[in-house]
Amino acid sequence: MKTHEQFAEDLPLYALEELTDADRRELEQHLETCAACRREVQFLRNDLSLLALSSAGPRPPARSKDRLMRAIAAEPRGSSAPAAPATVRRRGLSWALVPALIALGLLVWAGTLYRQNEGLRNNLASLAALYNNTTAQLTQAQERLRLLSAPDAIQVSLNPQAEPRKPHATAIYSPSQKRLMLMVSNLAPAPLGKAYELWLIPMEGAPMPAGMFRPDQNGNAVMMDHVMPEGVVAKAFAVTLEDAAGSDKPTSPILIVGSGL
Amino acid sequence: MEPMDTSSRTRVDAGDDMRLVARVRAGDQQALSVLYDRYSGVVYAVSLRILQDTGAAEDILQDIFLQLWRRPDAFDSSRGSLAAWLAVIARHRSIDRLRQRRPESDIEECVIASGTDLRDETERSLVIEKVRVVMNEMSPDQRTAMEMAFFQGLTHTEIAEKTGEPLGTIKTRIRSGLQMLRTRFAT
Repeated sequence: MKTHEQFAEDLPLYALEELTDADRRELEQHLETCAACRREVQFLRNDLSLLALSSAGPRPPARSKDRLMRAIAAEPRGSSAPAAPATVRRRGLSWALVPALIALGLLVWAGTLYRQNEGLRNNLASLAALYNNTTAQLTQAQERLRLLSAPDAIQVSLNPQAEPRKPHATAIYSPSQKRLMLMVSNLAPAPLGKAYELWLIPMEGAPMPAGMFRPDQNGNAVMMDHVMPEGVVAKAFAVTLEDAAGSDKPTSPILIVGSGL
Repeated sequence: MEPMDTSSRTRVDAGDDMRLVARVRAGDQQALSVLYDRYSGVVYAVSLRILQDTGAAEDILQDIFLQLWRRPDAFDSSRGSLAAWLAVIARHRSIDRLRQRRPESDIEECVIASGTDLRDETERSLVIEKVRVVMNEMSPDQRTAMEMAFFQGLTHTEIAEKTGEPLGTIKTRIRSGLQMLRTRFAT
């Protein structure tokens, strides 16, 4: 039987999917009972995602998207089976006896119907897009309203720890809504390659990233709809200056901070 | 006011991704279209680099976004950022295809600690540049082991055979290479 240390040594290979079937099964049994190793696998996957995200190359061809959108259009929500192929109507032999002139007339008529049908389809697609857009905006507005009116929503003012007191930020956060809103004023523009990062400081544990923002030339910024993990109670909020790519933990002094209690 | 989501390019944050996933869950094809436009480049680039075959990379791309359409619940914010999640799944699926085996891992079991957001192309460029710098700081042997393991999908045994190095050395190089990457991105 392997020790925890031996399993821990194999975690990078597990994350890389390099273990043999037998070793993988053995390690997965260990993971079921070892929270530390499970957490380390999650961190390793994040390391691997950095490598993956560093891949550069050509964009996929346009036909790939067409193929995907056709495929999902053929699948009603909740169904994983491809749509049944259209039934083919077999025509009787008697059609061969229809005079050519009548057939031509039918073709012209069918062409007209086809064009009308295409026009209606286009109109329908435009209306559907408009509907989806409106629905999305309505949903967004409702979510913001829910945050503002949530009984447990708190409003926190963040002020500089030292003089001057010019920069100011207000965070609105609801643990039940899992949503966070931040309004900032009088904050110096972020240097090139840098951005401000908001941190939620929980009752226990390390500060959690709560979104990046960059003030405009007047020092104002608004960050809407940032989603946090469920049920996190905020002890405080703070803002630091970080690399524009963001950081998992604060790497510079706190610029403004406010208590959530 | 200048919120970050009003740049000339659409500003993306994790909340925006999650809203789109919620819309996908509700059957909104347009939401999937937006997510495809945002992340198909990442998925395709990862698959193409591993498989070196445009047709196969397109198949992986199609498969992953179809999975997102069919099983949007497989992804939620607790699994890390959508970009990181898609990148890791793309690598897994590509390696499975390279080794001509059935998918080993269930996408619903793929949980990533925090994860890197790709708010826009600029941020992706920063990630690419930072990874390139870290890789250049590695010794050539370590860099080779990382490349072979990650992008060529070779097992550590195969890497040991190809390089003539002991298995333990290869394991150590991969482990310390990933550790180095983590440390540099944490500072």
